[in-house]
Amino acid sequence: MFNYTMRRLLLAIPTLLFIALVIFLLLELSPGDPMADMPLTIPPEIREQMRLALGLGEPWYTRFFKWLYLFSVVEPSHVLASITGLENLAIDGQRIISFQTRSPVGDIIAQRLPQTLWVVGLSYLFGILVSLPIGIYSAYRQYSWFDQAGTFVSMVGFSLPTFFTGPLLILIFSIWLGWFPIIYDTTLVVDSWYDFALQMRQMAMPVFVLTLYNAAQITRFMRASMLDNLTQDCVRTARAKGLTERVVVLVHVLRNSMIPVITVIALGIPQIFTGAIITEQIFRVNGLGQLLITAIYATDIPMVLTLSVVFAILIVVFNLIADLLYAVFDPRIRYD
Amino acid sequence: MHDGAVPVLDVRNLKTVFSTRSGEVHAVNSVSFDLRPGELLGVVGESGSGKSVTMMSLLGLLPSPPAEIRGGEVWLGDTDLLTLGEDGLRKVRGREVGFVFQDPMTSLNPVFTVGFQLTEPLRTHLGMSKTRARERAVELLELVGIPDARRRLGDYPHQFSGGMRQRVMIAIALACDPKVLIADEPTTALDVTIQAQILELVKELRQKLGMAIIWITHDLGVIAGIADRVMVMYGGQVAEHGPVRELFANPAHPYTRALLQTMPKIHGARDAKLRVIEGQPPVMGRHPESCPFMARCAHAFDRCARENPTRRDIGAGHDVACHWDHRTGEPVQDLAEVAS
Repeated sequence: MFNYTMRRLLLAIPTLLFIALVIFLLLELSPGDPMADMPLTIPPEIREQMRLALGLGEPWYTRFFKWLYLFSVVEPSHVLASITGLENLAIDGQRIISFQTRSPVGDIIAQRLPQTLWVVGLSYLFGILVSLPIGIYSAYRQYSWFDQAGTFVSMVGFSLPTFFTGPLLILIFSIWLGWFPIIYDTTLVVDSWYDFALQMRQMAMPVFVLTLYNAAQITRFMRASMLDNLTQDCVRTARAKGLTERVVVLVHVLRNSMIPVITVIALGIPQIFTGAIITEQIFRVNGLGQLLITAIYATDIPMVLTLSVVFAILIVVFNLIADLLYAVFDPRIRYD
Repeated sequence: MHDGAVPVLDVRNLKTVFSTRSGEVHAVNSVSFDLRPGELLGVVGESGSGKSVTMMSLLGLLPSPPAEIRGGEVWLGDTDLLTLGEDGLRKVRGREVGFVFQDPMTSLNPVFTVGFQLTEPLRTHLGMSKTRARERAVELLELVGIPDARRRLGDYPHQFSGGMRQRVMIAIALACDPKVLIADEPTTALDVTIQAQILELVKELRQKLGMAIIWITHDLGVIAGIADRVMVMYGGQVAEHGPVRELFANPAHPYTRALLQTMPKIHGARDAKLRVIEGQPPVMGRHPESCPFMARCAHAFDRCARENPTRRDIGAGHDVACHWDHRTGEPVQDLAEVAS
């Protein structure tokens, strides 16, 4: 398994290099000018100098390899420095600079990450916690009223896009009832119970919207997987051994059913980091999803490139983790 | 052979009905039989004759709905299993009655070690500690002839061959020293040499441990070699029942006679065609008032459509449910029935 993991990690390097190159070239080819936001009164020769200052005067391959060096060496050194608190780990000099804000991309991502992790991460966690018991019980009591209701709700949650449920909640709970704020206030510092309550209130709606969506998806997986396994011969054997229904369902059936579900959950984790672009936009949560969207609007090429490649890394890594978890949970699978 | 002994298991007029969209199916229709201590009762019949469903009904292993036990008594010792609730039945399953199923490839749970699956009934029913249960598990695996038992406890089912897995299943069924072992086509999914090994193992275990066995199969050859008594089932009913030699020598039911004729012979003409029973097995119990074998029976007459035959004693512990008398070749005159 160790060899397999190493081989997969080594294979991931050319994959990611290729992904980075493709994203870079796509951005090169796309229309848009980073100078477009500048006032028209700036004389053309000054404008040209500003372009050169942003590094846009060099050929694409030079820019790509410079970015690659900054991304894989300089930025990680700064991340490491801020995590460990050892300032001298950070490599001095040029960093990846966002065209839009003129500050290092890494620092902006670090600022935005907590909001996304709180809102999207929490809703993913809630989604899992809610959906597993519902999925298990729905399958165990298939076609009961509980199952019918659960299937209906997850169908609705799965079908309704977040850009519909989001504004609907805002309309009901913010505008009509006035319970929750419309805009997520990132500057809120939680240092008292009052602020904590405020934080809970502003998180409630975005978390609910995303939880509904995540839970709907995982519930359907869980239910289907349980149904597949409830009729297995080995379940009949477990009953014939005189085990309690609880042990039969929660040990024998569940353990088999968790194998595909764990994989689905692991594969979904990168989505937490990519942020829920639409939901963050609707509730004005300035997380990573929103950062990506505004960067695209502003032709902030270094920001879009860096974020996209970070997401690509997460997806590749969690694919590997899902495959490894599969082997951990299913003894029949061995990677040799 | 064991006449006069108090039966360990006594089933009387068991009725199981499945409710389906297109009406009720009488899967088990007034089945009665008993099982004496140390005896091996063979249950024969084609697919869908109600053999497995009967045995599953005894211990409430059928999902309900759609299955429902409509009546009858199942005496295990001096308790009627049908009056026990789910909790009571659970204490009987695996403890008093062990089960071995058909397909050893799927009847063990693939994600747990054999040791875990084997110690489960020991810890549940006998309250053994983990270490004590493991010791017992090693003994059990050695008992069913698995070499290097202690090391193999940590292996998963997919690391065993089919025959070895069936041995593990037998070990699980025997874990709590049950009075009755129900083997539901335990050798059907295995190839012939492994089949013979499992048969030998069961014969040997029976001598060593002395439990009574119900052996379900559609293989008459297996029954002839292993059983004390045979019960032939057809359409959810007992067609014929008797001691194995008597039944094979004097088959009384047209179905049994036809079944014995379908067996290919090693000796005899090489160009002899394989005999079959014409027609399809019945959709079970659609017409519980008529004989289920009527449509395929060479001797059927008007009474068979009107009246489902009850079992009548024809001597030597042999009984048959048929309106036709195999000795005279005529319809039966008297209505002597087996006292239930």
